[in-house]
Amino acid sequence: MSAAPRKEVVHTRIWQEEAEPDNPFATRVARCHGYDVYGDMLGKAGWIEMLYLLFRGERPSAQQAALLEALAVALANPGPRDPMVHAAMCGGVAGSTAAASLMAALAVGAGQNGGAREVWLAMQAWESCGTDLALWHGYLSRPPQPGVDIWPEMAHPAGFAPHGVQATLPVRQLLAHLARHAPELAWLQQQRIALEADAGLPMGMLLPVAATLHVLGFTAEQGEMLVLLLRLPGAAVHALEQWRYGFKRFPFFPVELTDDPAGKVSA
Amino acid sequence: MSGYRLLAEAHGRLRTRVGAAFPGTRAVFRGQDLHAELGDLDYLDLYHYGITGRRLSAAQLRLLHAIWVNTSYPDARLWNNRVAALAASARSPVSLGMTAAMAVSDAMVYGGQPGLWAMAFFKRMLAAVDAGASLADCVLAEARDHTVYGYGRPINSTDERIPWVMAKARQLGLDQGRHILIAFEIERILLTYRPQLKMNYAALHAAFAADMGLSVPEYHVLRMPVFMAGIVPCYVEASEAVEGTLLPLKCDDICYEGREKRTWVAE
Repeated sequence: MSAAPRKEVVHTRIWQEEAEPDNPFATRVARCHGYDVYGDMLGKAGWIEMLYLLFRGERPSAQQAALLEALAVALANPGPRDPMVHAAMCGGVAGSTAAASLMAALAVGAGQNGGAREVWLAMQAWESCGTDLALWHGYLSRPPQPGVDIWPEMAHPAGFAPHGVQATLPVRQLLAHLARHAPELAWLQQQRIALEADAGLPMGMLLPVAATLHVLGFTAEQGEMLVLLLRLPGAAVHALEQWRYGFKRFPFFPVELTDDPAGKVSA
Repeated sequence: MSGYRLLAEAHGRLRTRVGAAFPGTRAVFRGQDLHAELGDLDYLDLYHYGITGRRLSAAQLRLLHAIWVNTSYPDARLWNNRVAALAASARSPVSLGMTAAMAVSDAMVYGGQPGLWAMAFFKRMLAAVDAGASLADCVLAEARDHTVYGYGRPINSTDERIPWVMAKARQLGLDQGRHILIAFEIERILLTYRPQLKMNYAALHAAFAADMGLSVPEYHVLRMPVFMAGIVPCYVEASEAVEGTLLPLKCDDICYEGREKRTWVAE
């Protein structure tokens, strides 16, 4: 006698569904971590509360929601010079699909230089060093390097700006705002100069971001995902805008070909 | 502080040695005229040349084709293939489905990462043997400390692809490279330790790629589209089926393991 075929199911602690009585493939009630999304949360819960609930499994306190909301505002648009938004505009300007523009943004915005992987690395540093300046000194003097991996070697300490001169005004403004929310974030603001001296680089936007996500209780993996999500709005609107401007008004740049069989230096 | 000198130097133009397009006249590909000098190349030959700047022999190229052909499995249950098929079933364009499926293929359980780790492992073992160490001692030490990638396979540890590719390698006279020989020697050692640790396809592909002279980063780039031919039939079939009918899940196919029902109290 053969065994009954295994029932293929999706295991989840996040989402529960009840079917409509006349259709097992249609949802009648959807619950997120126990809360009825359409029957109870709608109209009561905000987007940031929903986001926090999805990732953490509990609704945020008012303070936590305010902190995540501030972070979402800070991350919403890195601006058209940012490589992630630049990539999205390369999709938008030529009429690529909306998802292609966002996938382009995600691919570039995932990176270790100014991207979500840098946040992942910086959050790991926070988990290791916390608010202990001596630990940070050790970490920044010898940042850990992964072995063979699909991620390249890290070329600068996570959370610091490799081409910066000093912490920019938006970084300092973000730090000043965040410092009012949690003692760890106040510590980060107070120790900025000391940390920059150890890193040999000015602090970038992503160290305060990583610290905030850590304070909010997110894991490094959750923080990486959240940063990818929260920076998409800017990528989307700049991609849409470039389509309206048209490709003739989008930078194409002259080329300097160093290995040209025709012997030309530039075109 | 390193400052922005490097950014200023790179500003305003693309400096490149890999090539450029000169619309209306010609295109340069790694120092050669694409149309006049490379126009008849096999596509995979050009692809490899673009990555490494080196050319494979005709026999190496045939083996690389065989490696890729023999792992092209059009099974939409496979996770990466399923992404493309779901995109088709959701009536999303092929570009989105295929690129997402290939991005997903850079995974830890299969695909991109095990191959990289296997190649790095072979290079490390060869260096140790060249330095006079016992291969068995080195391999068993690695196996005791952590997972040895490239050996063992879920569901069935016998990899049905390997005999076919090895037959082709023997036919082409490419079965005696140092990396492929040590890969099989490592298998013999591992089987004395754990009988299920048979060599898998990631190891085979990585070993042959190393014998073709690829570094680990070059191999990472090279193998990126390896599953493409197996993925695309899954997309095509799902696009021809009635929309939304690929692997549909009923509400009770969700096995909820989270919090009990609760009420969202407005604050």
